[in-house]
Amino acid sequence: MLSLLRRRLRLATATSRWPVVPAPLIDRAQPVFDAARCDLNGACARVCPVGAIGVDTRFALDRARCISCSRCIEVCPTGALALGLVFAAPERTRSELIAPPTGVVARGEELAAHVHRVLGRSLNVRHLDAGSCNGCDWEINATTNAVHDIQRFGIDFVASPRHADVLLVTGTVTRNLEIAARRTYDAMSAPRLVVAVGACAVSGSPYPTGYASGEGAASILPVDVFIPGCPPRPEAIIEGLLLAVGRIVRAR
Amino acid sequence: MIETQNVTADALPESCAALVRDRQARLVVMTGTDERERGRGYGLYYVFALPLGELVSIEAHVDPARPEFPAVTRVLPAAHWYEREVKDMLGVEPRGHPDPRRLVLHDDWPHGLHPLRKDFDGRLTVERDPHPHEPLTGVRGDGVMEVPVGPIHAGIIEPGHFRFGGVGELVFQLEARLFYTHRGIEKAAEGASVERGLFLSERICGACSLSNAVAYSQAIEDLAESHPGLRARIIRSVLLELERLYNHVGDVANLCSGAALQLGVYQGGILKERLQELNAAVAGHRYLFGVACPGGVRRDLDAAAREHIRRESVAIESEFRGYVDALLETESFMERLVGTGVLDHDLADELGAVGVAARASGVARDVRASQPYAALRPGMVSPVVRTEGDVRARMLVRVDEAFVSFGLVRELLRELAEVGPAELAAPIGPLRANRWALGMVESPRGENVHWLMTGATGEITRYRIRSASYNWALVPFAVAGNLLPDFPLINKSFELCYACLDR
Repeated sequence: MLSLLRRRLRLATATSRWPVVPAPLIDRAQPVFDAARCDLNGACARVCPVGAIGVDTRFALDRARCISCSRCIEVCPTGALALGLVFAAPERTRSELIAPPTGVVARGEELAAHVHRVLGRSLNVRHLDAGSCNGCDWEINATTNAVHDIQRFGIDFVASPRHADVLLVTGTVTRNLEIAARRTYDAMSAPRLVVAVGACAVSGSPYPTGYASGEGAASILPVDVFIPGCPPRPEAIIEGLLLAVGRIVRAR
Repeated sequence: MIETQNVTADALPESCAALVRDRQARLVVMTGTDERERGRGYGLYYVFALPLGELVSIEAHVDPARPEFPAVTRVLPAAHWYEREVKDMLGVEPRGHPDPRRLVLHDDWPHGLHPLRKDFDGRLTVERDPHPHEPLTGVRGDGVMEVPVGPIHAGIIEPGHFRFGGVGELVFQLEARLFYTHRGIEKAAEGASVERGLFLSERICGACSLSNAVAYSQAIEDLAESHPGLRARIIRSVLLELERLYNHVGDVANLCSGAALQLGVYQGGILKERLQELNAAVAGHRYLFGVACPGGVRRDLDAAAREHIRRESVAIESEFRGYVDALLETESFMERLVGTGVLDHDLADELGAVGVAARASGVARDVRASQPYAALRPGMVSPVVRTEGDVRARMLVRVDEAFVSFGLVRELLRELAEVGPAELAAPIGPLRANRWALGMVESPRGENVHWLMTGATGEITRYRIRSASYNWALVPFAVAGNLLPDFPLINKSFELCYACLDR
């Protein structure tokens, strides 16, 4: 124990400076789109494994379904699609996630300006795995490590739905978890919020709906915030939780 | 080439037993298929590995008018879960199976419906049966208490139901009811394109994504007679070791939370985070999704990426060494691990344990050594083995393997620097018709076997995923006789994925 403490004293501060400093640039973020170069040839829509792209009258990407596989970018003959570098932003409604991607938007400053409000109250979160691949769940776990340190925003995870303000749902809502998911929500006291994390919970993608797999959290619960991504980065999950309680004002 | 023995269903138990007895074979995967459209009834395939790594398949076909066969489990206990799956998913009855209860399908699934039969439409939802039956046996007696836990757990972990039976804090019996995250991936793969299958395989399990994607790709490459180039194979091996590293380092850290050693959780968590950011920096994804593909890889590692990996691996290795030394000196923690959750060697061997759990109980199984794949050559990796079989042994196997992986990554990077630029992925043509093939990868949790069968036009007709998390069958044996508060510790020392198992 003493050696662990001694080691701790030698360690520098590990906590990231996000949101003051932007999250690391990643090139498996959702694609960015340049309308000027698109001729609606539809190659992207044909290869998309999750049916996230429509090209009927104009290009539309369903960011809720997109799993950032980047196949659309590989096949685009006109160069209208490029690797995104910034994680997809959470939204309050499912429909806001269907749009031409807007490109690189710096949200760090905007977020930081509102973080001071965070200190005024605390938010208790209950995690619910409703049938995921565990990628999103590991990323939720990562929000609690010393680097992402979600507690600096006044947010903490609790063991019981009875203690929770927010239900953080991952997974498609499988047949075998639907009843447990409903019971978990019912066990929470009002006011309560539901936040869907990742492509599965947000839209049911990438598994086909059927005898085992469902269509996401919104098919059984009233979802307040949708966090897209496969899986979303820890910063995106924190941002989604802050959005859920009105701690972020979006400039539009 | 895989040696194949076609036998009658009635001869299965004796044929399998003879292979184990006479040639020291062990079962690596068993799968059932619906081949009624080809006029072959239901297929049963038992694939074994011989001591030097060669594979032998014992196959039988069952008359659909009488869908049953004598259970191989009676002579080969390692077959127990496989045969229960065949009963659930295909409705083919293993006659005389010692535990014929449902495994994948839950209580409220109607009788007589079997999802992997070809005449079952997987896209439909199925009504719940209002007359569920109780699958748990439970413990009865004076003073016996049952503690139900889950499926929704108190921490940020995956769902499963555990029922502990015991007196006071002493656990007599643990029953685990799993498959809550069953998403129907094997059914969804029927008729899927090679590419769609790849994206499904990456999403069987987030934490073993690359291992699963590579195992799937190996099976496809066999069926397409495609051979990835050296550059692609080295990149696969480098990234697979990075996958092992972030898991092993993170699993050691999470073990600390099983004993409430928060300093250990946080310090180890920083190292895991650093390894995952390394993944993101060099491969674009913290969980290495979108890296492998049939025929090779989708991403190169250029000189800058190689230097970044090399430098970070040296720095993180040194940090990890200091971290582990500090843990080993923390006696209040280490004493919790000694003699806790012992998995008996013979049991591990007989029930087909794989991965860290097998090696910590003296069973030297590591696909990297027995069936070297990607850029690995025979002798490059030797299994790290301990004999105590307790939580401490499983921790130390992970620690020692992490150090092997740090070295292996740098060795592979040196080899990669010698290889000139090359096509990253060999083309994948049509798959050979009416064949099966398998891919094997040692994931961070152990042996992952992906068994793939094609139909008359080379389409995928069956995709059987056997992940290392089949080790779940062993956890109850390691828990019995321990104290209830030690369960989180024992569970974290196995560190199995629910998603990998449930599919």
